[in-house]
Formats: sequence, C-alpha cells, structure tokens
Amino acid sequence: MENRRGGKEKTVIISCKNVTFAYDGFVVASRLNFDVARGDYLCVVGENGAGKSTLIKGLLGLKLPQSGSITFGSGLTLRHIGYLPQQTAAQKDFPASAYEVVLSGRLEMKAGRLFYSREDKNAAVENMRRLGIADLRGKCYRDLSGGQQQRVLLARALCATSEVIILDEPAAGLDPLAASEMYALIARLNNEGITIIMVSHDIAASTRYAKHVLHLANKQLFWGDTAAYKLSNVGFM
Amino acid sequence: MIISMIDILIQMFSYTFLVRAVVVGLMVSLCAALLGVSLVLKRYSMIGDALSHVGFGTLAIATALGVAPLMVSIPLVVIVAFLLLRISENSKIKGDAAIALISTSSLAIGVLIISFTTGMNTDVCNYLFGSILAMSRSDVILSIVLSCAVIVLFVVFYNKIFAVTFDENFARATGTKAGLYNMLIAILTAMTVVLGMRMMGALLISCLVIFPALTAMRLCKRFLSVTICSALISLICFFVGVVVSYLYATPTGASVVLVNILVFTLFWGIDMVRGRR
Ligand SMILES: Nc1ncnc2c1ncn2[C@@H]1O[C@H](COP(=O)(O)OP(=O)(O)OP(=O)(O)O)[C@@H](O)[C@H]1O
Ligand SMILES: [Mg+2]
Repeated sequence: MENRRGGKEKTVIISCKNVTFAYDGFVVASRLNFDVARGDYLCVVGENGAGKSTLIKGLLGLKLPQSGSITFGSGLTLRHIGYLPQQTAAQKDFPASAYEVVLSGRLEMKAGRLFYSREDKNAAVENMRRLGIADLRGKCYRDLSGGQQQRVLLARALCATSEVIILDEPAAGLDPLAASEMYALIARLNNEGITIIMVSHDIAASTRYAKHVLHLANKQLFWGDTAAYKLSNVGFM
Repeated sequence: MIISMIDILIQMFSYTFLVRAVVVGLMVSLCAALLGVSLVLKRYSMIGDALSHVGFGTLAIATALGVAPLMVSIPLVVIVAFLLLRISENSKIKGDAAIALISTSSLAIGVLIISFTTGMNTDVCNYLFGSILAMSRSDVILSIVLSCAVIVLFVVFYNKIFAVTFDENFARATGTKAGLYNMLIAILTAMTVVLGMRMMGALLISCLVIFPALTAMRLCKRFLSVTICSALISLICFFVGVVVSYLYATPTGASVVLVNILVFTLFWGIDMVRGRR
C-alpha cells in the first residue's frame, strides 16, 4: 500500500483529450478527458452500454475516435499493452492447451517474427507460475473453470507486456470468491509496477483497489481519485 | 485377407484415372483439413459451403463459354471469398443470411446456364455429386502445387493463424495483422474448394473442410494435435472412401463423406464414454 499515493514522479503514459466515439454517427461516448500515469490503477465503471468497451477498443487502436486525441507518452506503444478482452462464446470451448494460449501473448513482442524462441517459452511458463496456474499448463482451455480461463488470459496479457494491462470485465461470469481472487491478483500485479486499466461493474470491488475512477454514462460523469469518488455521489445515483 | 487387399490396391492403381483421382483427392483432403480447423473454430464453416455452391455456378459458366473450368472458377471463387469475409466481419449485415443468399443464387444461376447450354444431363449430376473421372493431368499438377503452397504457408504462419483463430481482438490489439491472415485463409479455402469440387461434388466438398476438424476436436486437447490429427483423419478417410467406392461401385464423394461420418461417430462415442467416467 505504501506506493498507493507514491511520492514517485507521475509520468503520464496515456492521455485522452476531448475524445468522442461514435458508431455510424451515433455518439456512444462523448468528450472524455483523462490521463493515466505510470503505475496507475484506473477503474472504468458505468451501466451497460455506457461506452466502456468502446473506450477500451479506442485505447487499443481497434476503434478510431470520431474526434479528440489519444496520445501515448514516454515511449509507450501499442506493442507494450496487454489486453484481457471480454470472453466470446466461441473461445470457451476452444481446443488448445493453456500453455499454447499463454504463449500466443508473446507473438508480437518483436516485429516480424513467426516462431517462438526459448526465451518466449520461458516467459510463458514464468507468467503462469506468477499467477499460480503452472499446473494447468497441459490442460485443455475448454476444460478449465471460468476463473482458471480468466487467469490463463491474464497470463497471456502479461506475456504481451510488462507495462500496461487493459482488462474488460475480468470478473464477468465468476462466482464471488473467484471474482475477489481475480481482483486481488490484479491489485498484486499493480503493486508489482504494472499499470492497470480495468472495466468493472462491481463498484465496491473496484473502489477497494483502484487509484483512480472514471465513471461513464455515454459522457464523462467523473474522473478523479478513488477517495474523491467515494465522497461524491456519482456512483450511487 | 491382407494379400487380397494388396491385390485390390494394385488392381486399382493400374487405372491412370484412379491414380490421378487419389493424388488430387489426398492433396485436397490435406489442405481442407488444415484450413478447416481454423474455419470451424472461427464459426466460418458455412463459408466453405457457400464457396462450393459458387464454384458450381462458375463451373457452369466455364462450360458454357467452353474454357478451362479452373481458369474461371478459381478467380471468381476467390473474389466471392473476399466478399463473404467482409460480410461476416461487418456485424450490420446478417452474415448467415447473406451466405445462404449467395449459395442459392449461384446454384440457381448455374442450373439455368446448364439447362440453356448442354441441357440437364448427367453432367449436372456429376457437378453436384462429383465424378472421379474428372481429373486431368493439369489438375494433378495444379493440386500438388496448391497443396504444397497451403502446407508451407500453414507451417510458416502457424502461430499467427493460432492467434487470429483463438482471439482476433487480442491479436489485433497486440499488432497482428488479423485481416491479412483472414484473407489468406479465405483465398486458400477458395482454391482448395474449387480443386476438390469436381471430384467430391459441389454439394459434398465442404465435408472435407468440416468433418476432420470436428472429429479431431472430440479427442485432442491441444491446437497442434487437433491440426495434425485432423490432417491424418482426412487423409485416411479419403483413401478408405475411394477404396470402398471402387469395391462397391458407389459414388466417390458420398463414400468419402460416409467414412468421415463413421469416424466422427466413433470419436464422438469414445469422447462420451471417457466423459462419463
Ligand atoms: N459494433 C458496434 N456497432 C454499433 N453500435 C455499437 C457497436 N458496439 C457497441 N455499440 C453501441 O455502443 C454503445 C456502447 O457499447 P459498449 O460495448 O461500449 O458498452 P459497455 O459500456 O461496454 O457495456 P457492457 O457493460 O454491457 O459491456 C451501446 O449502445 C452499443 O449498442
Ligand atoms: Mg463492455
């Protein structure tokens, strides 16, 4: 907890200025303004359809903003960002081993590479150990529980980055225990120095660990640190 | 028993047309099985089916114009493959409905063209359900070249194909050119379907794409083993299917499909029994 308010320098690595997202001219998130600093833990909350996933896609370069700018600072590029997407139905019964899935996170670590090196394989094993799923290595992804699948995807995201991880509802579909374990795991990664941007429905859990909160409802209702968010009544309207 | 089996094989392979058919068929089966794993997992199985119907239409056009079928079919089917991919990626158009539209339209156009030119005769039946006599020397060469290309591309881009198949959004977000690999898969599928279509039949060729992958997925737990298993199953089923069709004078395409069904049922049964324990 000692680095929660961290006296360290605040380097802004992602900065959104007046960003608006629209699908076919229909605005789903308008005029978003916020910064993410290195080591930050930003939680994005809001109702269904508030534009959270759209914002995440924007940060990842999967969707272009209609207006405004998203800039990366101090040497951060898309290649340094790990991503934990909302799971799709097709994935849940995918016949691949957990290890194959985790390893695939390393694919774009260096541009123009087609095969994995020894180093990649070691990194995959190491990240699985880090999340306590080393024993799932040879298991089939479709045979894992929802919580285990999420951990495998988190390990893959760790393989793709040592800087920033963006998570879209990492606890969706998990039972309360597995969900709180997942949140604790993410908080631990943040303490180890990884910047976290997480979408969540669970306001209680997110305000427990997050350093900053961004509340969306097709526009920006709140952005600021967690203590101020708890004092404001935005989350309880 | 074994001796008589060998005798039958020797006898079979004394016919040039059968040797050609087996060579082309094995090559096409291998390609289809490799591509099929990705197509089935991406929920694109229907695209393979639609392409074969389009192939039927283009075959009819080629026959009407009196030109070499592959020269017309391959480019046209590749173009349709591009279109279908666009449609499936664009969530606004109902992908499955569009695919069904394209399938039935090409089938109808093909039938109309045939009835105006050669008339509805056994040719139509051969197009729809396949004929083992259809393979020429140039088909054999083309199919060998194509399947070598598919295998090389598949091995070289194996890791990318896995990433794009498992999670396209993640792959895109981390910098993989997912669109490019989707195109690659679509083009290779189009060519495989066109090559295999005349032997297996326009209505039956998508069996080669879908069945081996589904069968392999029953039992295999790793993507690599699914891929390899799918390729082996496809090769074995095709060969057994051809031998059966030779022995009992049954249509080749349908015999191959039947063997695929049997193997699928077997694997499915093993999976059920293992699941119960
Ligand atoms: N591809 C798309 N085309 C058109 N509209 C879309 C598309 N994706 C999302 N939308 C619309 O944009 C709005 C915001 O969607 P988004 O997925 O960002 O919501 P969300 O906050 O992530 O919701 P949830 O909590 O349900 O995941 C919704 O109204 C949705 O209908
Ligand atoms: Mg969402």
